[in-house]
Amino acid sequence: MEKLYSKKQKKCKLVQAKPETIDFLLSYSKSLKVTKTNGMTFESNLN
Amino acid sequence: MEQVQIDDPVLIQRYIKGDERALASLINRHNQRISSFIYSKVNDRGITEDIFQDTFIKVIRTLKKGTYNEEGKFLPWVMRIAHNLIIDHFRKNRRMPMYKGGDSFNIFSVMGDDKLNIEGQIIKDQIDCDLTALIEELPVDQREVLVMRIYKDMSFKEISENTGVSINTALGRMRYALINLRKIISENNIVLTN
Repeated sequence: MEKLYSKKQKKCKLVQAKPETIDFLLSYSKSLKVTKTNGMTFESNLN
Repeated sequence: MEQVQIDDPVLIQRYIKGDERALASLINRHNQRISSFIYSKVNDRGITEDIFQDTFIKVIRTLKKGTYNEEGKFLPWVMRIAHNLIIDHFRKNRRMPMYKGGDSFNIFSVMGDDKLNIEGQIIKDQIDCDLTALIEELPVDQREVLVMRIYKDMSFKEISENTGVSINTALGRMRYALINLRKIISENNIVLTN
């Protein structure tokens, strides 16, 4: 059988972030609190 | 029932005002495009997840701080953040390359432990021992030069300074030392292998 030297073309694969990652981001968003006082910005993470 | 698609700027405004569900809609809406974009560059699911997460952490912080401006569109902005993080990832990996083995590629085929095994070590010790005995057989002046050059790693200039002979004499003694060693080895049928 003849040998094929051509490389397989890379297929464009569609992927999605896992639900766990999204859950983490949503929880992070809920816990993050940004406070601004006298021109200063404070970030606090409340778990 | 037909679902009404709320535009990105509206969702962003809602999120800034405190509606956390708006963020979920934004993430779910753009999840596939951003993840696929990252995956097309890094080609690894785990790294894709990491960069996706870091991208949205930056998005969340910027939105919460109120520093996001509506000049650009949301998706190109997020894509730009992801793109920068991908560049950071490759920069970091260039400094600390990490090789992973896979089904088609085994890292140990290109990387090895250059230490000798026990048998090789015993043979090497034996050869070293035999060679030391052979060197003892050499005339003193030749032995002196050979020991300084090979065992003490001195240059011929240093050897000539130490022995009080010229560099050419030292070179000549080294040459004769090696010739004589070979002669002793072949005359006595000594086999030195490793």
